[in-house]
Amino acid sequence: MARAAVLGRLSWRVGTVVALRDETSTARTIVLDVPGWPGHVAGQHVDLRLTAPDGYSTERSYSIASAPDGDRLELTVEPIPDGEVSPYLAGVLASGDQLELRGPVGGWFVWRPGTADPVFLVAGGSGLVPLMAMIRARELTGDESPFRLVYSVRDPASILYADELRRRARDDRGLDVTCAYTRMSPPGSPRPAGRIDASLLIAAGWPPDRRPAVFVCGPTGFVEAAANLLVDIGHDPRRVKTERFGSTGGSP
Amino acid sequence: MGIVSRGFGGRRRSSRPDLPPGQYLVEDFPVLSAGPTPRIDLGSWEFRVVTEDGSKRAWDWAAFRAMPSEDITVDLHCVTKWSKLGTRWAGVSLDAILGDIETAAEFALVGSYGGYTTNLPLEDLRSGQAWIAYAYDGGDLDPEHGGPARLLVPHLYLWKSAKWVNGIQLLDTDEPGFWESVGYHNYGDPWREQRYWGD
Amino acid sequence: MSQLPLDGNALAGPLSEVFSVDVTAAIGECAHCRRRGPMAETVVYASAPGLVARCPSCEVVVLRLVRDSGRAWLDLRGLICLQLAIPDDPEAEPANGT
Repeated sequence: MARAAVLGRLSWRVGTVVALRDETSTARTIVLDVPGWPGHVAGQHVDLRLTAPDGYSTERSYSIASAPDGDRLELTVEPIPDGEVSPYLAGVLASGDQLELRGPVGGWFVWRPGTADPVFLVAGGSGLVPLMAMIRARELTGDESPFRLVYSVRDPASILYADELRRRARDDRGLDVTCAYTRMSPPGSPRPAGRIDASLLIAAGWPPDRRPAVFVCGPTGFVEAAANLLVDIGHDPRRVKTERFGSTGGSP
Repeated sequence: MGIVSRGFGGRRRSSRPDLPPGQYLVEDFPVLSAGPTPRIDLGSWEFRVVTEDGSKRAWDWAAFRAMPSEDITVDLHCVTKWSKLGTRWAGVSLDAILGDIETAAEFALVGSYGGYTTNLPLEDLRSGQAWIAYAYDGGDLDPEHGGPARLLVPHLYLWKSAKWVNGIQLLDTDEPGFWESVGYHNYGDPWREQRYWGD
Repeated sequence: MSQLPLDGNALAGPLSEVFSVDVTAAIGECAHCRRRGPMAETVVYASAPGLVARCPSCEVVVLRLVRDSGRAWLDLRGLICLQLAIPDDPEAEPANGT
């Protein structure tokens, strides 16, 4: 049983697309059924392998968006202009298609319920995906660690899981969500459009003396800027975990 | 081979009978790197040849650019399977660089800014087979493609064409370079598909 | 257009073929500058003919992985050692960080 579990984790599995859900005008969630899925922890990712008819193949990593749910898992893909894989996943992949995946992998950038520490999530664009898995896992388990999310996006139309985030923030006193817009703020916004800065992180996040577990995810440039700001305002660098998605959306 | 992904084509590529085995043609010029792109100031750039007995010859940028240069058109074959044909470069032939350097060495270890190394037999750098290239496609060589200057030795897989080249050590014994010491073939002939150890 | 590098989280999948426990949370000590930290914090260049992980402090290579079909080469000479977490009961707490 243990041996089978270990071998299972080393090999590529095949999942079937059972549903697709548009999140924005470009991004899409893929719902997969993966027989024998061993379960996962929020924050982990899978590696997908795509193979063309002539045998050419390529791999990409995608964070799991969903909380553990039996054989089901969800991935959210934002297509990168000129990307090789993301436009295929976000636009061509159809229900009934199969995907080869390896995982779940990743033991560092994960959140497990039950520690009671406050959690400070900082997301840039599609970097929200693994953090959303944490938000969903928290609700699923009834965990009471208070969460604060700072989510940096271009404009309101780019917000992933917009309705769900709105509902969760409204209904759950232990979850605060602050969106920051880099290109276009909605009218009446308390904050003009711009990149996140120290004052936003101070206003919308946990103070360092609460010793939150901090998770930062997004494109490499965003993560480095945000992580530096967090340390500048006093967060313990050992409590700040980061996951970089490369220069644009998903990993290359 | 994995299961075929319905509707997936990947980057534009085509196979052609005149390509080395296993290669496909691409339209872009992929950038592969093992580290950060070095930013080298031309004022401090130096290219150095050190012989097996320790004697050194060095060129600063002005001296290097004063060397006789050639315009060449060559095909590139990367071990990751993409090929790009008919690429145009300008560079100084290694025959000119090595011209009057006295050596009995059989091997060369090429080094780059940033620490990358690659090795090859010295005779593969001679006889019109290799250049230190400073221009690509009519313009200055871009840093991400190895500028200000890179080695170009197109008869071998492209990992041997060290970007950001800064020198060559001539050696009596072969010394595997960065990729050769962790699985890649010591010689790397694309026409014999010598990608990995033992191929 | 060159890619900015990733971090050591990108090692998780490829190294899951070699190690049966998660490596991203493993603590590595850089052989060059002696910095200790989780492998997840290394700077990873994944667009090379292989995977290269560099020390976030001194940029020296700490790990290289090359994959052919049926074999892999792993060079860890840039690490003094790796401290890995191995669950005491593999049944109760699945490996690879889950």
